Amino acid sequence: MTQSYPLHLIPLLPFIGAAIALLFGKKLGKQLIGILSSGVVLLAAAIATMAVYRLGTELPPAGRLVDSFFTAPWIKAGDLEVGASLMLDHLSAVMVLVVTWIGFLIHIYSTAYMEHDEGFTKFFGFLNLFMGSMLILVLGDSLLVTFVGWEGVGLCSYLLIGFWFDKEAYAYAGRKAFVVNRVGDFGFLIAIFLVFGAAGTLNYAALDVPGGAAQGLAQHHWLNQPIALFVGLFILVGATGKSAQIPLYVWLPDAMAGPTPVSALIHAATMVTAGVYVVARMHVVFQIAPVTLAVVAVVGALTALFAATIGFAQKDLKKVLAYSTISQLGFMFVGVGSWMQHQIGDPHASSNYQAGIFHLVTHAFFKAGLFLGAGSVMHAMGGEGDVTRMGGLKKYLPHTRWTFLIYCLAIAGIPPFAGFWSKDAILAGAFAAQWPPDPNAGGLELFFAHHLGHLLYGVLLVAATCTAFYMFRLYYLVFEGEFRGTDEQLHHIHESPPAMTGVLWALALGTIGVGFLGMPNAFHHGLDVFGEWLEPIVREQPREEDVKHFVIFAAVATGAALFGILSARALYRNGFSETVKSFVAKFPGLYKLVLNKYKIDELYDALIVKPLRWIAVVLWRAFDMLIIDGLFVNGVGVLATSVGKLVRYVQNGDPQRYLVGILVGAAVMVWMAANWTVKGASDFVPKAEQRTVTVSAHGAAGSSGQRLQYRVSWDGDEKKFSSSQTSPIFQHTYDSGGKKKILVEAFDPRWGTKSRESHTVTLP
Amino acid sequence: MNQIPLSDFLLVSGVLFALGIVGALLRRNVLIVLMSVELMLNAANLALVAFARSYHDGRAHAFALIVMAIAAAEAAVGLAIVVGIFRSRRSVNVDELTLMKH
Repeated sequence: MTQSYPLHLIPLLPFIGAAIALLFGKKLGKQLIGILSSGVVLLAAAIATMAVYRLGTELPPAGRLVDSFFTAPWIKAGDLEVGASLMLDHLSAVMVLVVTWIGFLIHIYSTAYMEHDEGFTKFFGFLNLFMGSMLILVLGDSLLVTFVGWEGVGLCSYLLIGFWFDKEAYAYAGRKAFVVNRVGDFGFLIAIFLVFGAAGTLNYAALDVPGGAAQGLAQHHWLNQPIALFVGLFILVGATGKSAQIPLYVWLPDAMAGPTPVSALIHAATMVTAGVYVVARMHVVFQIAPVTLAVVAVVGALTALFAATIGFAQKDLKKVLAYSTISQLGFMFVGVGSWMQHQIGDPHASSNYQAGIFHLVTHAFFKAGLFLGAGSVMHAMGGEGDVTRMGGLKKYLPHTRWTFLIYCLAIAGIPPFAGFWSKDAILAGAFAAQWPPDPNAGGLELFFAHHLGHLLYGVLLVAATCTAFYMFRLYYLVFEGEFRGTDEQLHHIHESPPAMTGVLWALALGTIGVGFLGMPNAFHHGLDVFGEWLEPIVREQPREEDVKHFVIFAAVATGAALFGILSARALYRNGFSETVKSFVAKFPGLYKLVLNKYKIDELYDALIVKPLRWIAVVLWRAFDMLIIDGLFVNGVGVLATSVGKLVRYVQNGDPQRYLVGILVGAAVMVWMAANWTVKGASDFVPKAEQRTVTVSAHGAAGSSGQRLQYRVSWDGDEKKFSSSQTSPIFQHTYDSGGKKKILVEAFDPRWGTKSRESHTVTLP
Repeated sequence: MNQIPLSDFLLVSGVLFALGIVGALLRRNVLIVLMSVELMLNAANLALVAFARSYHDGRAHAFALIVMAIAAAEAAVGLAIVVGIFRSRRSVNVDELTLMKH
């Protein structure tokens, strides 16, 4: 069931704000632009909230709101018909609320954070442009509309990473993000093509399976397993690009070159979660080929652990948070990738999408908060981001410190903060995950089918412990212990203005509160508000968890988190402890390796970037410069000048030589005219009947044909021509048989020109 | 009365035309070139008049008169130009009149 609603206003308002800020920003001034840009986002958030309220109250669970404005087809070519319409269902509702409200908070924060920046209005223009694109991404009702938003946020990400583009490293970081994302986008595009090829439509509503994915598999109308496999894997390629997973995660740490609110909004809370969203959105495809879900989960788990370990040794505040984001996105991927099905075709399959999306929401709160808190710290420290020069800041930045502590507890997974509930749901789902083995499977494959979930759980548990460790390492290094910076920095330290601390507290409240929406149903049915909200979309069998299971999982996860926190406390409470220093001194190679992010950037540089650059240079020199520039562009010029040089001897200003030309031309024309009438006129085909041969000459071209005269020599002898006649037809009967040569001559008496033709006939 | 045949007239006309062409092509003095052009015109005139007599068609006479008028006009303009050139350049050699080339 659908209802129409003016959904187009939600992305349109930020776009209008962006246009005003970018076109008239300089004239309107910082204050007005700040109010306007935040205002349009607030308005969009209000409209989105009303739309979601309408969706939740007035429509049945599987209902959706469609846009009332863009109803005409956007692209119509052959079989392809794509609408540019927007759609709000329970999944996009979650995304829209997160994007608009957290976006609004970050806009407020930015008005204070960016106050002294010269590019203030440009910044808000880009930020609004991003909001509009992101809203199109989540509200699009077809893969193609989503792709438009997908590219839009990529562009805005590029613009905002390179916001301070006068520093070359920052501009390079923006370029790197864009190029790496292009790799993912290519995969996503291929997935779109495959879907269109298989289904003939890109519309989500049309692609969806009525009656639940698990039940609908057998009679599915557009996908078969091989296509689903490839669609799923290519969507995953796109998602690894946008959501910074192995192997395409390398751009996100460098993306920290952008202003901190950008890192919070784009590179933590919203854009980077687009990959998770798309996987959940296309869940039909993944469920048909569950092995793709296993790939998703494995990629996520590996990324979660890998990025978490890099976080151990980073010195830059934002870099740690960037690797933390990559790691948490890995958790989300495991969440959406966990699948439980005992046998192929078993209708009692269940997925864990709601856990992945739930972690997306809670992560949006605490990670945005962490980045904004880091921004507040850097604001106080005069732009310093190196944690080795911080310490003891809790005295000077009380608001920042307390909120930061709440976010850290949440990301570490300490109950009752939001991160605990969502991470627990992911861990429990991963533990229960089971892939249906192939009937002929044996050995390793069977082992993985049964125990991959357990492995995922183990990896995630280690990753969660690491998360708790590096986050509290960060916390202790920044806020506890003694100050390690310069006296000038110490003198300058001040708490941030209310616009910033207010936002920090608002996000902290969200971090505490939002987790309670997703408590497990184990204690009381109906506690899992979030899961039930998403149920009509993911349509999985609600997992029955009993209290005992929940308590065990929660105790293990919390114990792991506490272990991480306490180790961090022991090692970093008073700056870098002797243990840490001696460890670094003992294993300098290992420390350097982690500090240099396992040298993955260098590896990619050697394996991919350098060879590609080499090919590009070769193509540039050989093809562009030699063939395009040399042969085509300059070649045309050289051709024109050399032809000109040659023919200019003709036009030399000497009238006598011109006269020669005229005479030669006139002579040629006269000669041609004289031969024109007889040319081919003597052509003939002899027709023999017994010994009687009829010759019919072709005759003259043009109207003067009848003025020609013809004569014939029956034995081919020029001296024995018959007398001339005007008719071209002759007949003769030979006395004997054998080969006879016939010669015909056409003669124009006016010019005195003639033509001759001979043929040989064989007579009986 | 014994008439001179048409072919003799045409032969004389052709010889005159050929002399005109050779003069116009080979001589370097503008005056001679102009005279050669006159020669060619007269060759054409002779042919026209010969045809007129041979075919008893008066229209060719008219043609010949028009050609004479044009030749007179051409001589007037051409000689004026030659005199002008001679005054400014002190030469009537066609090889030196190459201003159009540059």
